[in-house]
Amino acid sequence: MSKPKPTLETTFCGIKCLNPFWLASAPPTNCGEQIMRAFDAGWGGAVWKTIGEPITNVSSRYSSIDWEGRRMMGFNNIELISDRPIEINLQEIAEVKRRYPKHVVIASLMVESKRETWHDIVQRAEDAGADGLELNFGCPHGMSERGMGSAVGQVPEYCEQITAWVKEKARTPVIVKLTPNISDIRMPARAAKRGGADALSAINTINSITGIDLETLQPNPNVDGKSSHGGYCGPAVKPIALNMVQQVQSDPASTLPLSGIGGIGSWRDAAEFILLGCGTVQVCTAAMHYGYRIVEDMQDGLLAWMTEKGFATIDDFRGLSLPNVRDWKHLNLNYKIVARIHQNLCIGCQLCYTACWDGAHQCIHLDRTSPVPDTTLTPGMVEAEAARRISTTPIPKLDAGTLGRGSAVTPLERIPRVDEHHCVGCNLCALVCPVENCITMERIDNGLPSESWEERTAKGLVPPGAREVMSTNT
Amino acid sequence: MSERTPFHQQIATQPELAQRFGDLHPPLDTQAAIPESNRCLFCFDAPCTSACPTHIDVPRFIKKIATGNLSGSARTILDANILGASCARACPVEVLCEGACVMHRYNKQPIQIARLQRFAMDSFYESGAPLPFEPGAETGLSVALIGAGPASLACAAELRRRGIRAHLYDVRPLPGGLNTYGIAEYKLPLIESLREIEMLSQLGVDFHFETMIDAASLSELERKHDAVFLGVGLGGIHRLGIAGEELAGVTNALDLIAGYKSGELATVPARVVVVGAGNTAIDAAIAAVRLGATEVHIVYRRGPEQMSSFTFEYEHAKDEGVQFLWHVQPTGIRGDKSVDRLELTKLISTEDGSIVPQPGSEFSLATDLIVLSIGQSTHTTFLSEHGSEGAKVQLERGRILIDRSTGQTSNPKFFAGGDCTNGGREVVDAVADGKRAGIGIAAWLEAQHVQA
Repeated sequence: MSKPKPTLETTFCGIKCLNPFWLASAPPTNCGEQIMRAFDAGWGGAVWKTIGEPITNVSSRYSSIDWEGRRMMGFNNIELISDRPIEINLQEIAEVKRRYPKHVVIASLMVESKRETWHDIVQRAEDAGADGLELNFGCPHGMSERGMGSAVGQVPEYCEQITAWVKEKARTPVIVKLTPNISDIRMPARAAKRGGADALSAINTINSITGIDLETLQPNPNVDGKSSHGGYCGPAVKPIALNMVQQVQSDPASTLPLSGIGGIGSWRDAAEFILLGCGTVQVCTAAMHYGYRIVEDMQDGLLAWMTEKGFATIDDFRGLSLPNVRDWKHLNLNYKIVARIHQNLCIGCQLCYTACWDGAHQCIHLDRTSPVPDTTLTPGMVEAEAARRISTTPIPKLDAGTLGRGSAVTPLERIPRVDEHHCVGCNLCALVCPVENCITMERIDNGLPSESWEERTAKGLVPPGAREVMSTNT
Repeated sequence: MSERTPFHQQIATQPELAQRFGDLHPPLDTQAAIPESNRCLFCFDAPCTSACPTHIDVPRFIKKIATGNLSGSARTILDANILGASCARACPVEVLCEGACVMHRYNKQPIQIARLQRFAMDSFYESGAPLPFEPGAETGLSVALIGAGPASLACAAELRRRGIRAHLYDVRPLPGGLNTYGIAEYKLPLIESLREIEMLSQLGVDFHFETMIDAASLSELERKHDAVFLGVGLGGIHRLGIAGEELAGVTNALDLIAGYKSGELATVPARVVVVGAGNTAIDAAIAAVRLGATEVHIVYRRGPEQMSSFTFEYEHAKDEGVQFLWHVQPTGIRGDKSVDRLELTKLISTEDGSIVPQPGSEFSLATDLIVLSIGQSTHTTFLSEHGSEGAKVQLERGRILIDRSTGQTSNPKFFAGGDCTNGGREVVDAVADGKRAGIGIAAWLEAQHVQA
């Protein structure tokens, strides 16, 4: 049976999309010229850089976290909303929509918290031809000091009120962009839903200080010797975004069509957000790093994966992973796995050994060449023994046989052994192992039926004091 | 002491030499060093550290480069190996740390340990920081060290860190022995060796140059000092014992290398033959190419599989255009006033495994310079006074016998290390020997002190 030829075309809260890849409201969507080039590159939509009363920016504006020689693992900005006149932005929206009628243009909006002001901007954006509106309740820096952005998103009542004002006027779908800078993202999400929002987008950037220059003692980015907290994004924030997306999508009072944002740079990231329920995804940092061209592989890779998995449309796999995220109390306590080190792949780095001893449960040992298992040898003893060893430079003629021994095969004494009886199956050794598939976590059949904490408690098998500390989490 | 001109300022710079003998392995810059250092897995009980004779904690110094703690990185290196800058350049890392790197085992390039080590050490020199160790509180004890090569220098450093005076005696005008005079300039420039020794001498080492120690003066030193360390290396290169060896145009590899490094020898004639196929022979042959020879041959009695040079050295020589003649033996040197031909005969294997001349296979090679590199003799005659009392320490086939872990000889007051004990290995082996001996001497002296 041939697999169906998949399509990336999708519909998000009533808006028809060529593909689910949108550029997030940010510098890559600052003006019409950019957005038209982005559409030419293959982006299905763009959320315009937030429109509002023009602001004045500072220089510099960005800073980043590099990770072991790779650039921009995390990215931070203190740039405000659009610094261009509202009228120019709106004229360009009209121009883009005239030339790219099938592409999605969403107007991101942020104005002062007055009903009339919101009514006015909504009307003008829609008159310009925007396919939808995104309310920026998330910007965490600068604008929040003026009572806008995350200052709205952090107060559910404001969030609900402004959403409701916008809905009074709007004829196109209204997307509320949520801030992650709050203890429970479901609160503003529920408020937006109560206010009548058609969709949500999450997450906006996370409050951050990326670092301090150890020469000058100045934080980054440096603005005349000072800095201000910024919004953090890029690959580093993806796990936080995925969690918040899952929280919103698993909460009936919050759930709405959701445009996923946060560290997305490849089709793999996009697929994960969609598996947790997102209808579209928005990208910024990766496009700022590598340019609009990254969307080519996002489309190509996602289609290939959909073909392989037999998914014809985005909706075919949207949310499929949601049932697999559960409260801890529902996890099977009788599921038992242990680490297994595959000798033929082991390179003898012994990172698993030191990680297990110092970071886990002391059940990996260097005793393969000892006649009986020896679990008493500590890392300190191993190192002391090594320090006593006398080594010399091998000379080809004199030391035949020793040359090259080190490089070809891993000597047995360097291959660690897992004491499976004591292994708790934590994964740490497999995570630190630099060799793919060298350490696998293998299921042990302990013959026990699945049993969760909740079930165990219900059976009265858990002492009362261990059940709950406080019952405030609803 | 303080008035002395720093060693590396006692020699004239030689721009042409630097140009002809440019770095074989160019330095890394920061932008390259950081990702390379991050590539290191940080192995536990790392094989590279085990493979290093001085047990430099390689992952530790590499991670310090990654975090930008360059002074800490250099300190980690120097703590294990006081000639860490020299070794970064001179070590045959292919058979040491880099050869042991676990990266080999999953089809990855090994970490460039030597270049990272050089990066750390170069950065340290550029910072102008002093040696990161202090001499120990003076104990009033003193040790005489014969020879000022790597073994004695490493031994002296350990002694000084323990408050024991170190008096080094060497026949040459500058310290370092073969580290200074015997390493191919494209690996370790002479000035870098001296710069490193200058830093080491911040520990307060007493140098006595241009001093030949004979049996009588050795006995004198034995009386004056609490212990004696023998770091005398090996003696002159063997002679072939064939006719014509006394002609002008016959030299040996060590003289050739020392000659060009010290600036006394600026060029060689067009045709050069090197006899022997060890690492020193390769260094001499490549030097001949760099010094202007147009035709350089290495002649060797056996085949490539028996040569004692490292494979990568052999490959390097071929890359430089050195030609190899295998299974040949020099039988005579011809020339009027100076050399113009080397007579050779082919050798064949017999059934019992020995090699014998093949009758009728004689031929000759036109040459202007013959460089002998067929192994060094030992010079241990000074160890026996008047030749009657027997040697002060026990020898075996010319090598001084030692306890490998302490460097102590059969005579408890005498310690030894380096080429004179191991038959001729690398700088790093000598440093390791010297280090163990320095610690061994201090421990022995302390034990003596407690007993007294």
